[in-house]
Amino acid sequence: MRALDLKLFRDLWHMRGQVLAIAAVIMGGVATMVMSLSTYDSLTTTRDRFYGEYRFAEVFAGLKRAPEPVAERLAAIPGVEVLETRVKAGVKLEVEGFSDPITGLILSLPDTGEAQLNRVHLKRGRNVQPWSADEVVLSDTFADAHRFQPGDRLAAIIHGKKKTLTVVGVAVSPEYVYQIAPGSMFPDFKRYGVLWMGRSALAAAYDMEGAFNDVSLTLARDAREQDVIDRVDAVLAAYGGTGAYGREDQFSNRFLSEELKQLQTMATVFPAIFLGVAAFLLNIVLSRLIALQRDQIAILKAFGYSYFAIGSHYVKLVLLMAVLGVAAGLALGAWFGQGLAHVYTETTFRFPYLDYQLRPVVALIALAVAAFAAVSGTLVSVMRAVRLPPAEGMRPEMPVAYRTSLVERLGLARWLAAPSRMVLRHIGRHPLKSLLTVLGIACACGLMMVGNYQKGAIDFMVDVQFRQASREDLGLAFIEPTSGRALHELAALPGVDHVEGFRDVPAILRFGQYRHRAAIFGIQPEGQLHRSLDSALQPVAVPPGGVVLTDHLANEILHVKPGDLLTVEVLEGSRPVLQVPVLGITKQYLGVSAYMQQDSLNELMREGNTVSGAYLAVQPGTEARLYADLHERPRVLGMVANKSAIQSFYATIGEFILFYNLVATLLAGAIGFGVVYNSARIALSERGRELASLRVLGFTRGEIAYILLGELALLTLAAIPVGFVVGVALVGILVVAFQSELYRLPLLLTPENYAMGAAVVIVSALLSGLLLWHRLGRLDLVAVLKTRE
Amino acid sequence: MPAEQASPVFIARGLTKVYRMGEVEVQALRGIDLTLYRGELVVLLGPSGSGKSTLLNILGGLDAPSGGEVYYLDHKLTGASEADLTRFRREHVGFVFQFYNLIPSLTARENVAAVTEIAESPMRPEDALALVGLGSRLDHFPAQLSGGEQQRVAIARAVAKNPAVLLCDEPTGALDSATGVVVLEVLEKVNRELGTLTVLITHNAGIADMADRVIRLSDGHIADIRSNAVKKSAHELSW
Ligand SMILES: Nc1ncnc2c1ncn2[C@@H]1O[C@H](COP(=O)(O)OP(=O)(O)OP(=O)(O)O)[C@@H](O)[C@H]1O
Ligand SMILES: [Mg+2]
Repeated sequence: MRALDLKLFRDLWHMRGQVLAIAAVIMGGVATMVMSLSTYDSLTTTRDRFYGEYRFAEVFAGLKRAPEPVAERLAAIPGVEVLETRVKAGVKLEVEGFSDPITGLILSLPDTGEAQLNRVHLKRGRNVQPWSADEVVLSDTFADAHRFQPGDRLAAIIHGKKKTLTVVGVAVSPEYVYQIAPGSMFPDFKRYGVLWMGRSALAAAYDMEGAFNDVSLTLARDAREQDVIDRVDAVLAAYGGTGAYGREDQFSNRFLSEELKQLQTMATVFPAIFLGVAAFLLNIVLSRLIALQRDQIAILKAFGYSYFAIGSHYVKLVLLMAVLGVAAGLALGAWFGQGLAHVYTETTFRFPYLDYQLRPVVALIALAVAAFAAVSGTLVSVMRAVRLPPAEGMRPEMPVAYRTSLVERLGLARWLAAPSRMVLRHIGRHPLKSLLTVLGIACACGLMMVGNYQKGAIDFMVDVQFRQASREDLGLAFIEPTSGRALHELAALPGVDHVEGFRDVPAILRFGQYRHRAAIFGIQPEGQLHRSLDSALQPVAVPPGGVVLTDHLANEILHVKPGDLLTVEVLEGSRPVLQVPVLGITKQYLGVSAYMQQDSLNELMREGNTVSGAYLAVQPGTEARLYADLHERPRVLGMVANKSAIQSFYATIGEFILFYNLVATLLAGAIGFGVVYNSARIALSERGRELASLRVLGFTRGEIAYILLGELALLTLAAIPVGFVVGVALVGILVVAFQSELYRLPLLLTPENYAMGAAVVIVSALLSGLLLWHRLGRLDLVAVLKTRE
Repeated sequence: MPAEQASPVFIARGLTKVYRMGEVEVQALRGIDLTLYRGELVVLLGPSGSGKSTLLNILGGLDAPSGGEVYYLDHKLTGASEADLTRFRREHVGFVFQFYNLIPSLTARENVAAVTEIAESPMRPEDALALVGLGSRLDHFPAQLSGGEQQRVAIARAVAKNPAVLLCDEPTGALDSATGVVVLEVLEKVNRELGTLTVLITHNAGIADMADRVIRLSDGHIADIRSNAVKKSAHELSW
């Protein structure tokens, strides 16, 4: 083997501690990237395959009721490939031993044969038997939450009549990958379920015999979606159609897309931050490491080795470290990625299978970034060393004139012993090196803060949403818009403290080329329960005569400002198209909403005092009784209890966030330790001779440790506040990058975030200090005397 | 060897070297005019700090002078590009440094191999080490060798590539008289058999007796140049 290559491996082996620490830094960056990107790729691939194999429809439409022959007219619309009608019933469910309100949705399956579109994938049990009267297939989320097995029973209140159902199977559907009750913020698998039932049985129970109230269809290859939607709307207008829509407005798909978009952002921004910081650290560490070799570079040069030969020698050295780190990062990232993808599919998205994907290009990108960072850092140092005339390079670096440090000049010298002065002078003499060390450690601190920032942010968002804006204990929806007088009955129920009615009208909001399909909420201007918040998170009254939009909806989706006229296409009743002024913009972190005063909305709809549902404040302890009372009322369709919504949120999304936090924390920890340890080790290499000489002169191990570790301690302490600034800046990047319809993260760091950031740095410094202490015990004093200088 | 008949290898004219350290200037060389000839064995003498190492480094293309010119054969070294200097060192020069400068992570054999690998017609590293009496310490690392042994590895490394010019900065500084003679015999043999121009820095006036010419430096000047009418061979020397 060539002598230089031997030197390479010996050097690597000799520096193995540092090599591992450097590899850890790379590993942290690469693993984050691989984890996030592979999760994203896996979910996207899985979704596409699932949609394809289970014939997810492309256009959907709801209506009040149409006789079956209308389906033929719909199928005849040009551009329609396959069309299927269904019966879709909103119901209340009863599960034995569970007293909370459960909202359900029952969809019809053809009485014989398989569905043409939106097929379900059976995970357990069997399909509904042809013409069966009471068999149902449950969505797996709901089944799992209540541990339903085929053969179990539950009851549904369909159209005000109670019906007992027998579970025969458990399934997932491309239509309900993401399941969330209408009007709810978060998925709640215990309190919302989707069921499938034979068409004739459901039609009989729901009064839909010979009729349908739901249509889905796929498009012919060159059909224009909007044309088909317009024609379907035209046909269904006479039957109470609520507006056909494409996949982009299909509820589950829209959430899935938004979540995937978020994940993609996460898969770009997080790794960019992690890998970027890791690359920066790598660059610093390696350039210092190589700088230590300047005398050897000079010898090689004196022998007549070319720039290229010397450069490639060191490039090989660092590439080996980089490859080690990348390999570890790939393995760890793939492992975490599978874990993350599974957490995703268990908590949020339900797929029948998961195609785990790790694209080679992801590995290549990781390798390229790591290699670039390593090589550029190395070459800078090699160039600097190579540029020196060899005669100078071989001499130890010229002792720069030490100066008295600032502290000493301030007259504090008396209080400092010689070792403390050495520490201060050494820092003062290498301001750039000290600065880079501080910056490196600060980055580690900042990364840690980013790594576990999300939990605090989510707590904050939930707090704002539920303790300031949506303060109701219970939100309930009526089967159809109802006279405001119904509220008096609710208020009279035992346990109800306060009632506020609301009217919600499904609509498409348009401004210029921008559109958004949502509901306009008519709420009480001086409401105590459901309120709008201004930018300072203070409640503001909704003014009469126009809409108030939440910030993301106004600024990012519709691009309107107060004073603009919004076009509102109502999707209910006579489906009027209205011009409504935008009166203001409010703050909301979760979701997006459009609000009006209820009276104004009623006026717009040319109706009297009409409500779609109500918000209730409930006396603690009376919930069970109240739920039972409400459950009995046929006009009450569904209920959402905030407290249980929050709990279920933490149980589901929380698990995912925790997983991500844990991983990010671990990786940030690895990076942090890698940086601190390397800084310390390099300091030891740089000053080993000096320290050994001091030992020869009679200094104790404690005293020289003080000189070396004192410097480390000082730099670490200085790095912490800088790290806080870095952390806030990195979180700022996240906040901007993560804006989406689902949520906007607040720029908010909790004391725990700061504590974690500081802790990773301090613990790493202590550990490194301990390792150095051992090394100092093995300092070779004889070698110092034997060699030059 | 009479100087007039031989061809010049190095020609130096008006060489100066100034080291600047902040406000302090150190004049290491103050105008050196010198011609070195093919096949010569030249000894550089002079008190510590007189500029011997500085001169040698400039001749070897390791350092650039502050003023003046140096030619190696028909190549001008002053102002040459780094790549040219590298090629010059690689093809023509063998160095023995005052501070050995071995690569700590390579064994004796590998340290020599590091040079022979990039040379055109080198000796085998083992032979070069045998030449300096270290045939039995091939696989020892520098840290496992004594100072004198390290110096001998450095010499083996310098002669192993059969250079046209051998520049040695105190090659016997750390050696006892007997080992020193062995090393000098090696240098003498290389000089005689291969016609290698050999420049040797020493503090030991006794060694000067084996030289063709003795150049004495003092405070950056050439104090005098003396030709030895009779050359002693290395084994006749002792100190
Ligand atoms: N890098 C440097 N910076 C400043 N001064 C230097 C440097 N290198 C050498 N000198 C000074 O230049 C002068 C000549 O140094 P040089 O090393 O050539 O002396 P020398 O004759 O080899 O001495 P010695 O016999 O002690 O090795 C000395 O005064 C030395 O201090
Ligand atoms: Mg010298």
